[in-house]
Amino acid sequence: MANIPDDLHYSKDHEWVRVDGNVAIVGITDYAQDSLGDVVYVELPKVGDDFAANESFGSVESVKAVSEVFSPVSGEVVGINETLADTPEKVNQDPYGEGWMIRVQMSNPGEVDSMLTAAEYEDFTKAEKE
Amino acid sequence: MVDFGGWDMPVQYPAGTIEEHLRTRKHAGLFDVSHMGEIDVQGADAIALVNYLVSNDVAKLVDGQAQYSALTTPKGTVVDDLLVYRFSEDHLLLVVNAGTTEKDWDWITSHRKDGAAQLKNVSAEYCQLALQGPDAVGILQKLTDLPLADIRYYHFTEGQVDGVPAIISRTGYTGEDGFEVYAAADKAEQIWNKLLDAGNYGSDTGVLPCGLAARNTLRLEAGLALYGHEIDENTTLLEANLGWICKLNKSDFIGRDALARQKEIGVRRRLVGFEVTERGIARDEQDVVINAERVGRVTSGSPAPYLKKNIGMAYVPSEVASEGQEIQIDVRGRLVGAQIVKTPFYKRQK
Repeated sequence: MANIPDDLHYSKDHEWVRVDGNVAIVGITDYAQDSLGDVVYVELPKVGDDFAANESFGSVESVKAVSEVFSPVSGEVVGINETLADTPEKVNQDPYGEGWMIRVQMSNPGEVDSMLTAAEYEDFTKAEKE
Repeated sequence: MVDFGGWDMPVQYPAGTIEEHLRTRKHAGLFDVSHMGEIDVQGADAIALVNYLVSNDVAKLVDGQAQYSALTTPKGTVVDDLLVYRFSEDHLLLVVNAGTTEKDWDWITSHRKDGAAQLKNVSAEYCQLALQGPDAVGILQKLTDLPLADIRYYHFTEGQVDGVPAIISRTGYTGEDGFEVYAAADKAEQIWNKLLDAGNYGSDTGVLPCGLAARNTLRLEAGLALYGHEIDENTTLLEANLGWICKLNKSDFIGRDALARQKEIGVRRRLVGFEVTERGIARDEQDVVINAERVGRVTSGSPAPYLKKNIGMAYVPSEVASEGQEIQIDVRGRLVGAQIVKTPFYKRQK
């Protein structure tokens, strides 16, 4: 059973967002890391890059496959998790903590309201598995 | 699970691809490769028929020996790669790829002369389990009275595994020592479970069941071609560095003249191995770039879990196909540096 913390917002592309004032911290969910398998490479944007909501900001690679990751919110990247360059396995080990990917200064903080709640995301992943 | 040539197959088991790969290198991995096709050839001219269809020399085989070979087109390109097993002078078994079994069957039967060898597609009758890695011999020995140490590499014997009649072949697709066991299809589960038990599945040093992803990374580290990637009907054996299975001086075979001509004038492109030297992972189908010019294509690209490098194989023009040559790979629009290296990337200590 995948871990789905109550205090986060979720996307249908399996990203999570933790809101910290006007900053969104973005990563991929436990369900996503488990489906991907061993993460061996994470490609992240540069600080200062701008993304629209649902635009691809990078990629996560397992041994077998490449998956794009999408920013659930619009805004400017104000921080990236540089430790993932040498320890991409943190995405598997601690997807909601040390495996975070980017911090985005939100240009439209209302966008998180249209994301899924933990309960909605749980239903979504169950439906996707079936 | 993914569809693979019409078979539902696991990409990985719960341990994950990296652990499956490393366990096979250090201890043992078990692969269910029952999807592979088997074509039985019997009759007085079995050897003559097959020898006309394949590039390696079937006449050199003795009873109980297996040989890597290829079915070739008149252009010297590859219908399929396969193993040829010789049971006796009038009985061979061809083990072919799953996705090409039907095509191979049509190809082979269309070249059979009237009244010649009897062919039978026996793919559905066999399961095939591959036990690979340094501990393979010790594990399999627990389930058979046959002295496995006496079976030499690329030889096989018929006997019993856990009381089930089986063909035990010292072959594999991982770069490790190991065995491929063929038995009646309905015995697959029994032998699979017994091999896991005998291999101490569950312990940190025990056997692990391995999926398609580990099978691919293991064969890539070992520099082995995969049909549909390194070889197909558009690549000749010589381009694919498989000249060692082209026996141009044996009796005539389909594609011999084309291969002899190509050997004389030289190939225009060649399959090489490369290591990525910058951050990034090369993947299948990406372009190879030298001096801003697209000169070739990656046939297989992946992280190599044991070597802890990102490696691949690619076709490049012959004039640049030399060790040390710097190349770039177009990784989804980003040019990533790489260098041509010797293959196999990994070679086990003997």
